[in-house]
Amino acid sequence: MTGAARGWGFVAPALIWTIAFFVVPFAVMGAMSLATLEGRSLIWGLSLANYAELSEKAYLGRALRASLEITLTVTLVSVLLAYPLAWIIAFRVPPRWQRLALLLAILPFWTSYVVRSYAWLLVLAREGVVNQTLMGLGLTAEPITLANTRFATVTGFVHFFVMLLTLTIYANLVQLSPNYRRAAMDLGASAFQTFRHVILPLTLPGIVTGAFLTFVLCIGDYVTPQILGGNTELTAPQVIMVQLGRRANFPLAAALAIVLMGIVTLAYLACARWLRIDRL
Amino acid sequence: MIRALPWLYLAAAFVFIYLPVAALVLFSFQDGRLPVPPFQGPSLRWYADVLGDGDLTGALVHSLAVALGSSCVAVALGFLAAYGLARHVLPGAAIVRGLLIAPLTVSYLIVGLGLLIVLTRAGLGLSLWTAAIGHVVINLPLAFAILYASMGAQQQNAERAARDLGASEAQVIWLVALPMLMPALAAAFFLAVTLSWDEFIIAFLLTRFDVTLPVEIWSMLRSGLSPRLNAIGSLVFLVSIAVVLLLELLVFRRRRP
Amino acid sequence: MTAPVTIAGLSHRFGSTVALSDIALEIAAGEYIALLGPSGCGKTTLLSILGGFLSPSEGIVRIGGRDVTRLAPAARPTTTVFQDYALFPHMSLRENVAFGLRMAGMARHARHKRADEKLALVGLADAARKRPHEISGGQRQRVALARALAVEPDVLLLDEPLGALDLKLRRAMQDELKAIQRQLGTTFVHVTHDQEEAMAIADRIVVMNAGRIEDAGPPARVYRSPATLFAADFMGEMNHFPARAGPGCVETPFGTLPLDPPAARDLVVCLRPEAVRSDANGTPLGAATVREAAFFGTHGRVHLSPDAAPEALLIAHVAPDAMPTPGDRIELSADLQAMHVFAKEGTA
Repeated sequence: MTGAARGWGFVAPALIWTIAFFVVPFAVMGAMSLATLEGRSLIWGLSLANYAELSEKAYLGRALRASLEITLTVTLVSVLLAYPLAWIIAFRVPPRWQRLALLLAILPFWTSYVVRSYAWLLVLAREGVVNQTLMGLGLTAEPITLANTRFATVTGFVHFFVMLLTLTIYANLVQLSPNYRRAAMDLGASAFQTFRHVILPLTLPGIVTGAFLTFVLCIGDYVTPQILGGNTELTAPQVIMVQLGRRANFPLAAALAIVLMGIVTLAYLACARWLRIDRL
Repeated sequence: MIRALPWLYLAAAFVFIYLPVAALVLFSFQDGRLPVPPFQGPSLRWYADVLGDGDLTGALVHSLAVALGSSCVAVALGFLAAYGLARHVLPGAAIVRGLLIAPLTVSYLIVGLGLLIVLTRAGLGLSLWTAAIGHVVINLPLAFAILYASMGAQQQNAERAARDLGASEAQVIWLVALPMLMPALAAAFFLAVTLSWDEFIIAFLLTRFDVTLPVEIWSMLRSGLSPRLNAIGSLVFLVSIAVVLLLELLVFRRRRP
Repeated sequence: MTAPVTIAGLSHRFGSTVALSDIALEIAAGEYIALLGPSGCGKTTLLSILGGFLSPSEGIVRIGGRDVTRLAPAARPTTTVFQDYALFPHMSLRENVAFGLRMAGMARHARHKRADEKLALVGLADAARKRPHEISGGQRQRVALARALAVEPDVLLLDEPLGALDLKLRRAMQDELKAIQRQLGTTFVHVTHDQEEAMAIADRIVVMNAGRIEDAGPPARVYRSPATLFAADFMGEMNHFPARAGPGCVETPFGTLPLDPPAARDLVVCLRPEAVRSDANGTPLGAATVREAAFFGTHGRVHLSPDAAPEALLIAHVAPDAMPTPGDRIELSADLQAMHVFAKEGTA
């Protein structure tokens, strides 16, 4: 056997698996998005009817818009909350306690994903912890509607992604040579100037990578908006699931999925400059 | 005041991070029908209820089987591919690498949807097996990326030395490459098990009668807030952090100087 | 642009480990000081305290007469050249060098002009627009130097600045560092573990070990008559003979030598290889047999077994055109003033 043939032998199983269970399904899904539904039977073809429906039907447009708005809000808020947290753990907490602080900060990461959203429901529900506390303190007379709102969805997402981003940003901060900070301070930079001119630019690739990951995971998630947002406002993944379930409209679901993919690709191109995909 | 600010922020962040977990665990001991204040109890009745529920314990076993099985396959395939690409000059290697990593950038929902369409078109039934196939698809890129990144020059030199001393290709892999990669293999396997164990949407789309734990919990959710959900959620959390802490103490602590 | 430094009663502990104990040192304005010692001797800790990155457990640091012990790095008239250079990778060389001036609020045009001057000083005038990853290690070292000098410090601190360079480049940079220091007149404190580097650049060498100063003085004095056995060994290759104190003399395997004995019973006599003479013009050490001889260009290095102490190994440097061969017999002698007697370690 030649070297290359032997090399292909090693790569083949993974390659075949990926092609059979990822590339082929993806291609079929693409083809499906161009098919149409006549009654209950599927007509294959090259129709753009499903995409036309996406732009015509108001509820589909609203869902895509909601998904995009929620995802952008979550990404921005998560980065803004996680960065100071990672900074404090990396530079304020004494070194011997850092690992413990980090572990504690991301421990709830290991609650089951479905359970985590449910737990926020306990906190935000009409009779939940927050409302009972507020009323107990006499701050409000009536319970505030927190659950089944976009606020609840965003809160659930932010909780998850703050933990994820704290971990990635912390890893970025501690791998920087401490001499960068020392050099900046030595040359007269204040703590804020050190952050603004040195640490932030150096950690930007890591932040963008983490933000992109947040974007991808958030825009495609069904569980959190379904549990916390309820049915008051549907996101694109919720609409996909509705099409799959009640209406069995696979072509429309596929078209919506392809559009979501397109949005992710655009996001990728927008931040490709800073992305280190190999660091994911 | 300024000096205290970071610590106040840290405290506030921890309150935010632990608020839902605290509510979950506290009201799992609720002696009543609703897991909301005021707290009554403590009572263990919901734990007894959950542990006596055959559907739940069955789903737990299914989840374990799917997680361990799919992770083994993902790590094995990932290792072989990483070894092939790191040690042999292959035409189009960059494209192959890109293809193997590609599923990482696609939502689980879309991976599941594609597989669902193909499987139903092909007339194949949905089962735990199909869910496991989906989990391999999402975990293979991670295992590959972790292992590929770990096969550095130092390891390559050790493999060359072994070959130089007369080891066959299989002996090189078994006696040198695999043992040297043990930490990376453990990390990849652990990550894959964690992700598969907790994965919902693919398992939801690709299973039918036998389901995994997240799917079973999901169906319980339809009946609204219940201390049963708190109990099962707390149990899963407890087991997960026990595993995490154990690994932290046994595996990762040893690698530090 | 230059200032004297006074260090008094300085001690530092990391937890229960003593990194520095009771350091006292006066550095004159414009002096080039080398802090020399093995890793873990406390030299880098001392430099960090001078730079303000560490606050000492006890003691005082004065620069130009001002107590700076508790001042932040930015508030001190010091700058540091870091071992890994710590050049900001996202900035051009000019922006790197101008960074300190920018922090001081200097306008863009003025600070870029000053940065270009400093880059010219280190011979990198043409590379101002490049990024740190586009230049070589030696060039990065120069940029780090230019950046630290741009804010015109009174005292420049250098933490093993040449450690990452290969030998040839290191020698060239030593000459350049010394020339720049002479030109600017700034006080330089330079940490190194390489005694040749210390001798090549420093006006005064401070030999450190286990958190203490072993010796401090001009290179020739520290080399020729070191204050302690540690300093003697660290400054270069050294022959050791066991000896005993006699009344006003020292008893060695080579006979009783008229040297002044320190107050200890067991002694060590030290003699540099180049002070061993292969003629009879000094104090006689008796005959010896040549074991090995190697040619080093500037000298020959010879292993000898002296008849007086056959189990002892004696290293001698001989003229390169008079190389002996193994088995040759040589009559040895040495100058008395090249011999130094110390108490044997642990018996003083």
